[in-house]
Amino acid sequence: MVNPQKYIVLALAATLGSLPLGASASDKLLDGINEYREALADGNPSELVAAEGEELWKTPRGPKNASLEKCDLGLGAGVVKGASAQLPRFFKDTGKVQDLETRLMTCMETLQGLDPKAVVEAKWLKGEKEKMAALVAYVVTESNGQKIKVDTRHPEMKKMYELGKLAFYYRTGPMDFSCATCHGDQGKRIRMQELPDLRTQEGAAAGWGSWPAYRVSNGQFWTMQHRLNDCYRQQRTAEPIYGSDVTIALSVYLAATANGGKVVTPGIKR
Amino acid sequence: MKKISTLAVLLLALPAAWAGSEDTYAEFKAMMDRSFKTNGIAAKHRMYQLDFQKSCSQEKQPPKAEMARIEAEQLKTIRYPADGKYFGDWKQGEKIATSGRGLTWTDKTPHDNGGGCYNCHQMSHHEVSYGTIGPSLLEYGKVRGSTDEIIKYTWGKIYNAKAFNACSNMPRNGDAEILTEQQMKHLMAFLFDPASPVNKK
Ligand code: HEC
Ligand code: HEC
Repeated sequence: MVNPQKYIVLALAATLGSLPLGASASDKLLDGINEYREALADGNPSELVAAEGEELWKTPRGPKNASLEKCDLGLGAGVVKGASAQLPRFFKDTGKVQDLETRLMTCMETLQGLDPKAVVEAKWLKGEKEKMAALVAYVVTESNGQKIKVDTRHPEMKKMYELGKLAFYYRTGPMDFSCATCHGDQGKRIRMQELPDLRTQEGAAAGWGSWPAYRVSNGQFWTMQHRLNDCYRQQRTAEPIYGSDVTIALSVYLAATANGGKVVTPGIKR
Repeated sequence: MKKISTLAVLLLALPAAWAGSEDTYAEFKAMMDRSFKTNGIAAKHRMYQLDFQKSCSQEKQPPKAEMARIEAEQLKTIRYPADGKYFGDWKQGEKIATSGRGLTWTDKTPHDNGGGCYNCHQMSHHEVSYGTIGPSLLEYGKVRGSTDEIIKYTWGKIYNAKAFNACSNMPRNGDAEILTEQQMKHLMAFLFDPASPVNKK
């Protein structure tokens, strides 16, 4: 896979390296990062990952030697445009609420005959998870600029919303943290990182609507499952299983709260 | 021990003021139970809540009486230094305040943790990369003075923040064995020593 990291590191050094230190250095640092984001918006490094994903989408794979071009992401077989803006959703064929990644696993299994376990068990950005990230980058690029529009009318969606909200406030582990510890207030930061208030429409739209994203600090493209996994790591809990119900429930809660906001995926992050 | 003692109440009792149905809550606990796995030092049992964690897992804080009950209970956990000495070396304290590492599934040992204080607090005159979840502690010693009372309170707050605010966002550094007594002494010096950059420009 092409690694755009080298472009980024140079650009970041140029933007941040010249910052003066002083009383307002923290503000300048934030400004610097924001400016840098804007500068990159025209040439998002995720484009390379998305291009690979598109190719992968169209390439026959697996025991059934089929492509994913007939995959139904909720808007009908093969429709990619706008699909991720309306996920998670309830899917009749599986009888489950699914996010983009679990839905893609279903398509890989039914269309291509690939075992979802290979995705679940792979390391982040390695093997089948690397392929998943590329597919995700492709799909979410096709929803850039759309409105977040998650339909919560189905009883299973309603239930997942409730479960997700409970998960959001669930304090546990050696540091007693919940999602709300870090994302339950307006205008807070951890060190220099601004924390969106995910309880509000505005905050959730900014947070949910800009993921999956390219992370400048490590030159990696991260899916939403990856984002949530790392937040649970910071929360000091046990590890959430890839695609598990808690990740879906939280995604429903965040997406439904964000409804009406703008999708700017793939995002560009610190 | 304490961490696992709440296992039994897992599927029972709702948090006090929760509006949803008992069924949904049972389903929630089952979902949490099957969604997490042990990874390294981050064991599965971390998903099972202590009683006070559960009371504090709602949009709103629990009722006043419940808060007071939790605070009284948490106050009892605080161990003051046996040798009566509250202060270590502020330079080491600064390092502990700066380090946010520890206790994740990518950490090898549950010991040698940082305090992560800068994640949430402004502390010194020269560190500009600080979080704002907690109040600024800049010039803490200078502003608050160093009476026995304030020293004892500060020790207690670092040891178990929940003793003073039941649902505080601040971890229980001593009670949850995040930091050692010695590390907390270094942090005390960092906050109170007139020569530390917390108090000296
Ligand atoms: C101990 C702190 C902490 C906890 C607990 C935490 N997060 Fe985060 N979260 C962060 C930080 C810091 C970021 C900023 C991203 C980064 O690392 O660059 C972030 C970013 C995010 C984002 C993306 C926001 C954006 O604008 O890019 C989402 C969504 C999110 N977290 C959701 C959650 C959820 C859901 C939980 C609970 C399961 C959670 N977080 C728990 C610290 C935390
Ligand atoms: C995740 C957030 C967080 C972390 C990490 C944290 N604190 Fe706090 N701290 C708070 C909050 C919030 C308060 C405000 C009172 C409250 O709600 O408990 C506070 C209050 C305090 C106070 C009392 C201030 C006063 O005026 O009474 C002290 C002292 C303190 N913290 C020291 C520390 C030290 C030392 C560390 C690191 C070992 C630390 N804190 C880590 C969030 C945090």
